Amino acid sequence: MVGLATVFGAGGGTSSYREIEDTDVIVLWGSNARVAHPIFFHHILTGIRNGAKLFVVDPRRTSSARWADRWLGLQVGTDIALAHAIGREIIAAGLHNRAFVEGSTTGFDEYRAAVEQWTLERAEAVTGVPADAIRELAHAFATADRAQMCWTLGITEHHNGVDNVLSLINLNLLCGHVGRYGAGINPLRGQNNVQGGGDMGAIPNKLPGFQDLLDDDARQKFEISWGCTIAPRHGWHLTEMFEAMDRKEMRALYVIGENPAQSEADSTHAIQILEGLEHMVVQDIFLTKTAKLADVVLPATAAWCESEGTVTNSERRVQRCRKAIDAPAGTRDDTDILIELARRLGHEWHYPDVESIWNELRSLSPMHAGMSYARLVDLGGIQWPCPSNDTLEPPFLHGRLWAQDPRDRGRLAPLSAVAWEGPVDLLSNDFPIRLTTGRRLDSYNTGVQSSAIASPMRDGETLDINPDDAMRLGIEEGERVRITSRRGSIEAPARFDLDLRPGLAFMTFHFPDEVDVNVLTIEANDPKSGTAEFKASAIRIEKLNGAVGAVGAVGAVDVAVDVAVPVAGD
Amino acid sequence: MTQTDTARIDTTRIDTRPQETPVGLPRRAVTIQLDGHEIKVPEGATILDACESRGTAVPTLCYGDTLDPVNACRLCVVEVENSRVLVPSCSRKVEPGMVVHTDTERVRHSRKMVLELLGSSVDLSAAPSVAGWMKQYGADPTRYGEIAKTVKQPVKIDNELYVRDYSRCILCYKCVDACGEQWQNSFAITVAGRGFDAHISTEFGVELPESACVYCGNCIAVCPTGALMFKTEHDMRELGTWDESAQRQTDTICPYCGVGCTLTLHTQDNEIVKVTSPLDHSVTSGNLCIKGRFGFQHVQNHKRD
Amino acid sequence: MDLRFPEAEPTVAEVQALDAVLGVSVVAQGWEREHGGAHRASALRPRLLGALHALQDRVGWISPGGLGELSRRLDVPPADAYGVASFYAMFALEQRPTTVVHVCADLACQTLGAGALLDSVEATCGIPNESGGTASWHPSPCLGLCERGPAVLVTVAGDPPREAVIAPATPDDVAVALRTGPNALAEQAAVVAAVPQAASADSAANLVLLKRVGVVDPLSVDDYRAHGGYQALRAAVAMGPANVIREVTESNLVGRGGAAFPAGRKWAAVAGQPVRTHYLVCNADESEPGTFKDRVIIEGDPFSVIEAMTICAYATGCEIGYVYLRGEYPRAREHLQHAIQAARERGLLGPDVMGFGFAFDIEIVRGAGAYICGEETAIFNSIEGYRGEPRSKPPFPVEVGLFGKPTVVNNVETLVNVLPIMLIGGPAFASIGTTGSTGTKVFCVSGSVERAGVYEVPFGVTLRELIDLAGGVPKGRSLKAVLMGGAAGSFVRADEIDFPLTLEGARAANTTLGSGVVMVLDDSVDMAVFLRRIAAFFRDESCGQCVPCRVGTVRQEEALVRLTIGPRQEHDMVLLREVGQVMRDASICGLGQTAWSAIESAIDRLGVLT
Repeated sequence: MVGLATVFGAGGGTSSYREIEDTDVIVLWGSNARVAHPIFFHHILTGIRNGAKLFVVDPRRTSSARWADRWLGLQVGTDIALAHAIGREIIAAGLHNRAFVEGSTTGFDEYRAAVEQWTLERAEAVTGVPADAIRELAHAFATADRAQMCWTLGITEHHNGVDNVLSLINLNLLCGHVGRYGAGINPLRGQNNVQGGGDMGAIPNKLPGFQDLLDDDARQKFEISWGCTIAPRHGWHLTEMFEAMDRKEMRALYVIGENPAQSEADSTHAIQILEGLEHMVVQDIFLTKTAKLADVVLPATAAWCESEGTVTNSERRVQRCRKAIDAPAGTRDDTDILIELARRLGHEWHYPDVESIWNELRSLSPMHAGMSYARLVDLGGIQWPCPSNDTLEPPFLHGRLWAQDPRDRGRLAPLSAVAWEGPVDLLSNDFPIRLTTGRRLDSYNTGVQSSAIASPMRDGETLDINPDDAMRLGIEEGERVRITSRRGSIEAPARFDLDLRPGLAFMTFHFPDEVDVNVLTIEANDPKSGTAEFKASAIRIEKLNGAVGAVGAVGAVDVAVDVAVPVAGD
Repeated sequence: MTQTDTARIDTTRIDTRPQETPVGLPRRAVTIQLDGHEIKVPEGATILDACESRGTAVPTLCYGDTLDPVNACRLCVVEVENSRVLVPSCSRKVEPGMVVHTDTERVRHSRKMVLELLGSSVDLSAAPSVAGWMKQYGADPTRYGEIAKTVKQPVKIDNELYVRDYSRCILCYKCVDACGEQWQNSFAITVAGRGFDAHISTEFGVELPESACVYCGNCIAVCPTGALMFKTEHDMRELGTWDESAQRQTDTICPYCGVGCTLTLHTQDNEIVKVTSPLDHSVTSGNLCIKGRFGFQHVQNHKRD
Repeated sequence: MDLRFPEAEPTVAEVQALDAVLGVSVVAQGWEREHGGAHRASALRPRLLGALHALQDRVGWISPGGLGELSRRLDVPPADAYGVASFYAMFALEQRPTTVVHVCADLACQTLGAGALLDSVEATCGIPNESGGTASWHPSPCLGLCERGPAVLVTVAGDPPREAVIAPATPDDVAVALRTGPNALAEQAAVVAAVPQAASADSAANLVLLKRVGVVDPLSVDDYRAHGGYQALRAAVAMGPANVIREVTESNLVGRGGAAFPAGRKWAAVAGQPVRTHYLVCNADESEPGTFKDRVIIEGDPFSVIEAMTICAYATGCEIGYVYLRGEYPRAREHLQHAIQAARERGLLGPDVMGFGFAFDIEIVRGAGAYICGEETAIFNSIEGYRGEPRSKPPFPVEVGLFGKPTVVNNVETLVNVLPIMLIGGPAFASIGTTGSTGTKVFCVSGSVERAGVYEVPFGVTLRELIDLAGGVPKGRSLKAVLMGGAAGSFVRADEIDFPLTLEGARAANTTLGSGVVMVLDDSVDMAVFLRRIAAFFRDESCGQCVPCRVGTVRQEEALVRLTIGPRQEHDMVLLREVGQVMRDASICGLGQTAWSAIESAIDRLGVLT
């Protein structure tokens, strides 16, 4: 979201799902949508059946990658290198959209200079992707009439996640694949209301509707409406909060519907921090592991079926949530809890119902102004921006960039001359295997909601590895093994997965009570977004009886490159 | 009893489908004669569309909603002048000057017989509307005698999420199409065998957990006869507690990933008993994944821990 | 595609069988697998049927391990592959002996003692489909050997697989085949034995389409050329595509497969389609009980089929032609395959046909035992690697046919008529026969006649004359009825056989020529048994797609059993007619629409069951 906001001013995907069906080239980068976003993948499948070419960029040959015309199996954390090589090839072949680049973007010269070093040969050496595959993607993407770039956490959950995003946006800008029907840039949101949270201002630097906190006019509008003063400074994002808690600068925490004790990277450390708080309140529908650490627990209703409200999806569509069943005794709606809390803190907030809260938002956030509850119902949800009460905007964003008159194009979109850095957690002889994380189809996050599904597909958590690696280590399928990173050690049964290359291992964090994978992951955060590098840990795998120690990996050590990368305390 | 908004209009469907341009050209109108009345319908519309536009009732069973019509059940046949045989209204597109009769002796006979042939071989008790049509067309499935071959067989219960009762299967192909290329692309099931022995099957009939099934339940959503059913519904029917008149349907949004699928929660006695998604919603077209379809158990326990 | 494959492993023999048809193993799984996703899978799908044949031929059944390996290599969903395999009678999905004897139980053979043969085989060899032992037998639908029934086909899986026909067959023959396979059996009769008119020079002189059968060496392209071969193609190229179509149109040639659609119109429609590619499908899946003319033409004069297809392709802009050949025709397949190879070697097929500057090649697709695949759209699904279910029309094949492209589908006999049209011109061709039915027609005369076989006569001879040409009913027997057009046709009485064999004559006589079946029944035929066989045939061969046919064919057979064996229900005759009518009115394709025709005519014209 930070990346998109940096370039376009608004943190949302630029296209609608429907456009994926009518596009010519789809690039799915660091996303296993087939598993993590199955219904979005339906739209991709329709696109494929309509003739679109699909490229999947992912270290793993995922379910999604198996649908691809071409899979680009890059080394974990080499995304910028690959993106830059694609950009360089597009420019070198003269395939970039010169008119769009000149008229609607800025920073082309710097960008060209930044990607100049990324020849196909060098990129192949760094990323492990054959040069011909890079060229094929570059040419297909650049020559397509319409192309879509989609990504998920495989791009963002890195220490340089925002730079990763920027490097992908560059490619769309280079080819003019944005602001037109069928062409666009789409981050797929991992959680059902991540987008809505951002829309509502639950990010450190924005007011609802992506209005900047430092914008005096915007702030004043809210101050008048709310009858209070809003401090003109940005807040902390999650990682900065944890750092502040670590420094004891932040001593109290109010957690609503999150389970950081299990979802944070390097969870041992995260729990220590939470335990060191003076006061913690947790508001959740379950007594999560985090809630168990809290001083006060506020039992909430399940927002999606026991109360009313709205959520926003990955195509910026605001939709109504409704109460279908009565919540258990003793629970209260999130809004009730907040209003009551305000009341006890001396503020009387008067909202007869949730719709009135929504209407307050509409009065303050221009992009939501036209979204009355009645229209949301009639239209099956409405995509922002929707400033008008009686018309709808196009399904894609930033059509302004194509305006005939340069004055109508608004702020031009900057190309970003970002630099590549490899993963923080380096492979070494002691930690020769790259561990990456992701999701399985029938599970979700820390399993708080999904563990109740009686899924016939579920085997419990496993360490997925290539059988050749297992053979070298003398590990049988199903054998429990010890997995150790520089931060901690856990045990899990090994599962053979032919779709993983040698040297690459995979786990999820769906079953933290059994296998707490985040003991292994690294708390190396992106300074811009605060997202941790869940996707790249260095590990070793050992037999439990200790008979075989760590075995030097074959072909697993990060490729030798001439870029110095800081080593996180080994 | 329902909070579902049936008149939902999906704006993203309007004018955005055509490949050439997001703004579709208006379709030309075609004039046909339907039961003696001249009517205009958009070019490309089916006879069934034309009937619906005039309020002419046509019974359908295999008609696919969001799926391409397979026109296998032949219940929707109508008579078109100059056509040697009856034509399936669900898939036949209108042509200028077409003269269509929906209520001739031949049409009534075919509909009666299709209902009889199905009724004499398949358990249609969970198929809505069928009993009414049987009466309307005078179908008597019992006249084929007790030796009449049927598809009766035990219910397949091989997982905790949904059951397959192929005694109720009319072989409409909708589950296969939904599982296959048209939506889910998992291809767990197929039509196997031929003729009366044709049946829905996995490879070599293996149980679902051994198959490619990913439990999205998109097959259940399209099954017109209750052959595919949530296990909750199956169990409640067995216990005699399934009561659609006591159920409510509420649309909300799936609590899992960020795609934002609309879930229609079917509730009875404050329990979620079934989950569907509106067929006309641009996000899902009625489809869900295992989490959306079956991921509601966590709110079912009245006492959470 | 993210398919899930069965865990069962293929055997070495299965891997070899697939290597042979699909090329040596690509990396089919894991992170190194072939790239391509859904688009690659679509391109591979048409190889499914051939791959299933390879497994069946090699090991005698489609095992889970074999199916899994095939699925992995072609990226075809295992459930789909299973659904396709289970559609075809020739594929076994349970292990069975490698030697299988298929004993024809169908109509023509019934008139020649198939019933007795089946009974005695069962008595000596045990019950059908027994899986124990090294051989098994089962009753089979028509094998297309009607001129010398009762017929038997023996298949032996292995490397190489072997096939042989025994016709006419005795119980001893079957017993020997079950014991030792087909090797112990005598060579089958010469092709020309099926063309009684070739026996005398006088009658042979009148043959047009069959003139080379028994005269040329079917394996020699030079011999074909020495007997006038490839003159028609030369003439066609000289006149140009548009004129070829004009000549065919002016000839008034209509399809010989049963539907009698004007060939010129079909060709013109495809030629005029701007969409590319255009495909040509030669329908050689003749499975109508009592039909065997296409087999004789292909076995005896395969190059004529290739030349005729080449002319059609030239005229209509088709780049690829498929011959969809009945799976039960081993000799026809051998001869045609040889001929295609020879034609390629001589440049008569390939990127530049005869140096004339157009490309055309032919592939044989081997059917696998499904009557429905003779239907012109079911044939597309079968070639494409799907279940051979008919498609809904419209759209018609000339617009949306094979692989969704404009397609000419013509029967073998229809196509070979193009050769004389090119040589004598459309109008001259149209002067043969009658105004409404031009040219000659090849009839398949079987049953109770002295000389069963294929007969080529100009349209217009009467049914009585044709039966006389075949030597009439054997001495001591009297004519009871003639089944015109096969199981999908209708009966005429002994006193109704003086009508001219033309499209209009048959229509006036309230019957059909169909694909040219003339099955003669004498007084020894038990009509109840015969009708039940017709009903059983349709019940077996219904694809199962639409309700009227899937259930109707079962209810028809049940009612017929009650009416002929009992217990009879009061309203069974009404039921039979009502079921018949819904099948005729509301079935998707011609199979269901005609499944009641013969039985209806037996009731109404022959007065049986009343």
